[in-house]
Amino acid sequence: MDDDYLSGFTALLVQYDVLGAFWTNIQLTFFGALLALVVGTVLAVMRISPLPSLAWAGGAYVNIVRNTPLTVIMTFLVLGAWTQLGLSLSTNFTWNFFWFGVVGLGFYHASFVCEAIRAGVNTVPVGQAEAARAIGLPFLSAARLVILPQAFRGAIAPLGNTLIALLKNSTVAAAASVTWETSSVMKTMIEFQPNYIWEIFLTFAIGYVILVIPIGLLTTWMSNRLAVKR
Amino acid sequence: MRKRTTGLLALAATAALTLSACSGAEVGGSGGGDASASGSAGGDTIRIGIKFDQPGLGYQDGDQYTGFDVDVATYVAEKLGYSADQIEFVESPSAQREQMLQTGQVDMIFATYSITDERKQVVNFAGPYFVAGQDLLVAADNTDITGPESLNGKNLCSVTGSTSAQRIKDEYAEGVNLVERPGYSECVTALTGGQVDAVTTDDIILAGLAATPANQGKLKVVGNPFSEERYGVGIPKDSDRCEAINEAIAAMIEDGSWEEAVSKNTEGTGYTPNAEMNPPSQDACA
Amino acid sequence: MSSSVLFDAPGPRGRRRQTVGNVVGVVVVLGVLAWMLVVLNTKGQFSADLWQPALDARAWQSYYVPGLVNTLRAAAFATVGAVVFGIVFGMGRLSHLRAVRWVSSVAVEFFRAVPVLMMMIFFNALFGFFFREVVAEPAFTAVVVALILYNGSVIAELVRSGVNNLPRGQGEAGLSIGLTRGQTLRSVQLPQALIAMLPAVVSQLVVVLKDSALGQLIAYGELLRSAQVLQSGSGNPLQTLFVAAVLFILLNALLSWVAHRLARRLSSRTSGRTDEGPGIGPSIAMRAGGGIPQT
Repeated sequence: MDDDYLSGFTALLVQYDVLGAFWTNIQLTFFGALLALVVGTVLAVMRISPLPSLAWAGGAYVNIVRNTPLTVIMTFLVLGAWTQLGLSLSTNFTWNFFWFGVVGLGFYHASFVCEAIRAGVNTVPVGQAEAARAIGLPFLSAARLVILPQAFRGAIAPLGNTLIALLKNSTVAAAASVTWETSSVMKTMIEFQPNYIWEIFLTFAIGYVILVIPIGLLTTWMSNRLAVKR
Repeated sequence: MRKRTTGLLALAATAALTLSACSGAEVGGSGGGDASASGSAGGDTIRIGIKFDQPGLGYQDGDQYTGFDVDVATYVAEKLGYSADQIEFVESPSAQREQMLQTGQVDMIFATYSITDERKQVVNFAGPYFVAGQDLLVAADNTDITGPESLNGKNLCSVTGSTSAQRIKDEYAEGVNLVERPGYSECVTALTGGQVDAVTTDDIILAGLAATPANQGKLKVVGNPFSEERYGVGIPKDSDRCEAINEAIAAMIEDGSWEEAVSKNTEGTGYTPNAEMNPPSQDACA
Repeated sequence: MSSSVLFDAPGPRGRRRQTVGNVVGVVVVLGVLAWMLVVLNTKGQFSADLWQPALDARAWQSYYVPGLVNTLRAAAFATVGAVVFGIVFGMGRLSHLRAVRWVSSVAVEFFRAVPVLMMMIFFNALFGFFFREVVAEPAFTAVVVALILYNGSVIAELVRSGVNNLPRGQGEAGLSIGLTRGQTLRSVQLPQALIAMLPAVVSQLVVVLKDSALGQLIAYGELLRSAQVLQSGSGNPLQTLFVAAVLFILLNALLSWVAHRLARRLSSRTSGRTDEGPGIGPSIAMRAGGGIPQT
C-alpha cells in the first residue's frame, strides 16, 4: 500500500465531507425518533383507549403505515404534501427537505413504536390496572401514572430495535431529496472514484456499525436494569 | 426427524432453482420479455443503449420507443444494415454508459451522451449528432427569469446527481434554492405546482418535457443556453463503425430527416435548437 | 392484560360523550380530507388526463404488471436466499466450535448494522463496474444480495433464539438417547425451531417486499421504478405513485394475514412458541433481546 494510494483516499474523505453526511443522518435519527416516540405513544394510548373509534383509528393507522414502503411515504411527502398541497416546513430548501425527511421517518416508525409499547403494556400484570382502578383513577390517569411507565420499561428492547431501524432507515431520506446524507454521498463517491469502491463502502458500513452497536448495548443494559422484577 | 431438516433445505434449494428459471419482466415492454437474459451482441441484431425515461429523447412508451435519440439511432442503424426490428434497445442510465460499452453490453449508445475528453479515454465517440446547451424551463407566462443570472432567490429543480444544478450555484447564482428529484418529470410537476420557479438541464431535454401531452402549452424553454453539450454516439474503443456512423448522420442531416426528427419531438413548445451549432458537423474519427 | 380492566363500560352520559367525541373526530378528519381534496382539485390533480394514463390497460400491461413481477421475483429470490443464509449462520452461531461461532456472529452483526439501501448501492456499483461479465443484471442482483444479507442475518437470529427458546428437555432428551450435540441440533431442535419461526419468517417477507422498493433508488425495474418510467412520459407522478402504493399495501396486508393464520395453525406442531411478531421485530427475537427491525 503506497503513499499515493492512502493520501488519495484520505483526500476523498475530506473532499466529500463524510463526517458531515453522518452528522445529517444522526440529526435525522434524533428528531425522527422524538417525533416517532410522541406519535407512537399517542397511537398506543388510542389503541388501548375506551373509545372504540379511537382504537379503530389507531389500528388502521398502524396497519396501513406498517405495510407501506418508506420510500413511498417519503415520495408522497414531497410529491403530495410539498408539490401539490403547498406545505413547506422552511423557506430554505435544505431545511425544508430535512424536516420532510424527519416527518417521514417519525410517522413511519411511530407505528412500530406503538406496537412496541403495546407489547410493553402486555407485560404489565392485570393487577396493576385493577389497583389503579380501585383507587379511582380514570382511564387517562391510570394510563399515564400506572400503565405507561411500566410499559415503557418493558418495551425498551423493542424500542431500541426501532431506534436502530430508524437510524438505518434515515438513509431513505434520500427519497425526500435529502441528498447530502450518507447513502447519497456514498453513491456519488463511488460513481466518481470507482477504484476505491471497497474502501468507500467499508468506511460507511463501519461508521454504521460504530453507531448501531452502542445503541444495542445501551438497550440491553437499560432493559436489564429497568426491567420490572416480577 | 433428520429427514425433515434436509427436506426443508432441499425444498429451499428447489425453490431457488425453479425461480432462477423464470426471467425478469421488462418494464415498458410487452411483459415477461427475455431481452435482458441474453448477453450476445452482434449477429443478426444490434444492441443500442438509450434512455428509457426521457420523453422527447429516449422514452419507452408502452412497448415501443420514441424520441430524438431513438429516431437518430434507428436511422443510423438502417444505414449500417439493420432494419428497425433488428434493433434491440437497452436502458443505459447515465452512470453506467461507459461500463456498458467497455463490456460489450451494447454496440452503440445514443443517450444524451456528451463528448468529453474524460470519457474519450475509455470509449470512442462518433458524431456529434446534436449540440445541446444547458438551459432553463419555466412556466409559459414567466418573464422575470431570462437566464442563470436571474435565479438568485429563486427555487430550482434538477435531477439527483446531475452537475447542471451545481454549476448554476457555483458560477451564476449563489443564492439559488436547489432541490434534486429522481426524475425530470417530478421537477416538472413541482414547476407546474408552483413550488419551484425553474428546472434546469440540456435544452432539448427540457423541450421534450414541455412537449409531453400533460404539459402542452404550460411551459417554455428560456432559450438562453449557457453551456455546450455535444451529443455523440458512444462506441467501444475497438469498434470500426465510427466512419460509417458519421456518414449516416451526415446523410440524415442532408436529406432533411434530422430536421424532421427535431421538430417532431419538440412539437408545440416553440423550441428551436441553437442554430449556430446545429446541425453539427461530425468530428474526425480517432 | 386486557385493557377493559382500565375502564368501566360507559354509562348513559359516557355514551353520549363518546358519540359527541366520535362526531367531532369524524368531522375533523373529514375536514382535513376535504381540504386536501379541494387543494388537489384546484391544482387539477383529479383531471382525467392524469388519471386515465395511470389506470388504463397500457399502464398495467407495460408498467405495473412487469414492475410487480420484478418486485415479486426479487422478493422470492431474496426470501429463499435469506432462509438458507439464516439457517446456515444461525446454526453457525449455535456451533460448539468457537471459530465458527465467532465468524457467524461477526457476519450477522455486521449485516444487521449496515443500511440495506447502502448495500444495494454498493453491490450495484460493484457488479456494474467490476463483474459485468459475470453478473448479467447488476441492479437485480444487487437488490437480491443486499436483501439476503440483511434478512438472512435477521433469520439467523430467529433460528438461534428459536432453538434457545425450546424447552430444555428437548435438547436433553436428544443427548440422553446418545445423539451428539450436532445431531441433536439438526434432528431435534432445529426442525421444531423452524416450524416455530415460520410465521415470523412470513412476517419477514413483508420486510423483504417493502425493502425491495429501495431498488427504485438504484433504477431496478421494480414496481415503483416502473411507475416512475410510466409517469416520466405521462406527467402524473402522484397518480402512478398512488396506484403503486395501493398495490404494495394490499400485497403486504395479504402477507401479514397469512403470517397470522400460519401462527395459529402451526402452534400444535412444535414445543416452541409460534408467533408472527409485529412485523418490525418478530417478538421471538425481542424476547431474546436480539434486535431486528427494519423498514
